[in-house]
Amino acid sequence: MSAAAAPLLRVEGLTKHFHTTKNLFGKPTHTVRAVEGVSFEIGHSETLGLVGESGSGKSTTGRLILRLEEPTAGQVFFEGQDISRLRPHALAPIRRRLQVVFQDPFSSLNPRLRIGESVGEPLRTHGLISSAGERREKVAALFRQVGLDPRFMDRFPHQFSGGQRQRIGIARAIALGPKLIVADEPITALDVSIQAQIVNLFLDLQEEMGMAYLFIAHDLGMVRHLCHRVAVMLRGRIVEMGSTEQVFANPRHPYTRALISAAPIPDPEREAARRRIPYDLVPPPPGAVLQEVEPGHWALSAA
Amino acid sequence: MPLLQVKDLTVRFDTAGGTVHAVSGVTYDLEPGETLGVVGESGSGKSVHVLAMLGLIPKPPGRIAGGQVLFEGRDLLTLPERELRDLRGKKIGMIFQDPMTSLNPVLTVEAQVAEAITSHGLMSRSAARARAVELLDLVGIPEPRKRVKQFPHQFSGGMRQRAMIAIGVACEPKLLIADEATTALDVTVQAQILDLMKDLKRKLSMAMIWITHDMGVVAGLADTVQVMYGGRIMERGPARAVFNDTRSAYTWGLLRSLPDHSEGRVYETHTPGQARKRPRLRQIAGAPPDMTDPPPGDPFAPRNPFAISGCFQEMPPLVQARDAAPGHLVAAWYDLPKALAARPDLAGKGEGA
Repeated sequence: MSAAAAPLLRVEGLTKHFHTTKNLFGKPTHTVRAVEGVSFEIGHSETLGLVGESGSGKSTTGRLILRLEEPTAGQVFFEGQDISRLRPHALAPIRRRLQVVFQDPFSSLNPRLRIGESVGEPLRTHGLISSAGERREKVAALFRQVGLDPRFMDRFPHQFSGGQRQRIGIARAIALGPKLIVADEPITALDVSIQAQIVNLFLDLQEEMGMAYLFIAHDLGMVRHLCHRVAVMLRGRIVEMGSTEQVFANPRHPYTRALISAAPIPDPEREAARRRIPYDLVPPPPGAVLQEVEPGHWALSAA
Repeated sequence: MPLLQVKDLTVRFDTAGGTVHAVSGVTYDLEPGETLGVVGESGSGKSVHVLAMLGLIPKPPGRIAGGQVLFEGRDLLTLPERELRDLRGKKIGMIFQDPMTSLNPVLTVEAQVAEAITSHGLMSRSAARARAVELLDLVGIPEPRKRVKQFPHQFSGGMRQRAMIAIGVACEPKLLIADEATTALDVTVQAQILDLMKDLKRKLSMAMIWITHDMGVVAGLADTVQVMYGGRIMERGPARAVFNDTRSAYTWGLLRSLPDHSEGRVYETHTPGQARKRPRLRQIAGAPPDMTDPPPGDPFAPRNPFAISGCFQEMPPLVQARDAAPGHLVAAWYDLPKALAARPDLAGKGEGA
């Protein structure tokens, strides 16, 4: 494979087991297989949607890629380099190019710091600016890029609405010019009239800056709109993956079918005609493997 | 006679930052057996107005600044607390968003369902326990005889929400109020719960007020849809009329901002290395109003592309919309169908360029 064709991110057999209880000798007695042998790729400027129930392992997968959790097994190749075992100091330069947007960006902000300083902080720690004046200029540019009035720089976190907070979270994430942003339920907590604004902002920024997204969400309508490809997770495993149109137009795994058929449609007539396909949330059989059902479209086999 | 008559209900919160205009002049009737879907975002007054009518807002800082809420002819706002408490849970059932905080972790599910019945003196303790099993069965919990002896933490999220519904309907209420009751649930579980609710409202012939921010949820469940914004009702009417013959610019803005996949809209497959333009959603500009300092006039006016000068001066009354279905009400100085006809560039639904 030539360097140009190498994916931005390649996840190989990623696995995370949590040991919930231990016996008298500290040996684990109960293991939760949060993520089990997950493999996928994300190309440059591509958006991969990761969907599934709560507890399906989609957020843990994001945290493993970001190294906020340590994997039990498997590898994460970012720009061709295995980052899954890198030590913290070796990871620091990677963080410039691999960023995160959380559901509530304010849980990670210092409430006593003016918002301009919080957004500019990564620029300083990575030595990308030399003076306070330069930082203000750069932060003002970031504010304009995410649709915030630069005059808000001197305000404190509590003075912002939900939509503005998420714009600030995004400004922080793009400050260092990342190649990939892991966005974990970034619109879930927002008011409905604000969700479309933030989805549009993600699209605008991708066009301007060319970065890729791993978009973790449970709103299938938004995922379908925003993502180029989709991976569906169930009990720690990917059960289906393909281009958005393949997966939504022709879902192959029974769980994907159940998930798509369960989403309510904001139109009384079509909603009345919608038929829900039931699915028992049984974990996929251990021997099941992903099989290519059409080019680029994979579904977990029955056995 | 309507089961519930809300007349000019007005709720304020006196806070250090000023008076919050949480609910202003909310007026509507609910018929027996009717399902009302109340849609709105945070600060719209959708939740506060029902909490206020049930006597469940903290006072202070909250206060009922005016209005009446007649339930079977009695004004809930002036009812002694003891009588109101008896009404809640008995004639008016309630389901809230987070079943884990509403269920008592140290009591079995049986004890909690039975308590909902015996506290109103409707049955003996042993009869209530037998009824608890029937109720778990009714809400679709498998092996109800075994499950009823378990504690809330032994239930999955969906099962806990079913248990909450069992408690909500335990006394076969005339009215069931559900506030974001499926919001925290996964989409497949939500679908099961909504199917259950459609089934239950038929079996128990109860009226429902279903509060949500999700237009999809009300589309499937509600007979009548009521859209709230800035503490006021912006639009209200038969569900199909509100969705298909929308008269409020806010409702219209919300509906067209949602991704529309109705015509099997297919995007081009992404090819790595080739940047393809994706369509943008038709977003509503601006942000919800600050309700400590609400704008004069129509609260949506600053975000409304069709606003006329009157919108910024005086709140329009909620009246029958012109040439619309009977009972289809709107609070608007502008005429949305006319305004849309004059702006063909804005007329489409779903995502734009």
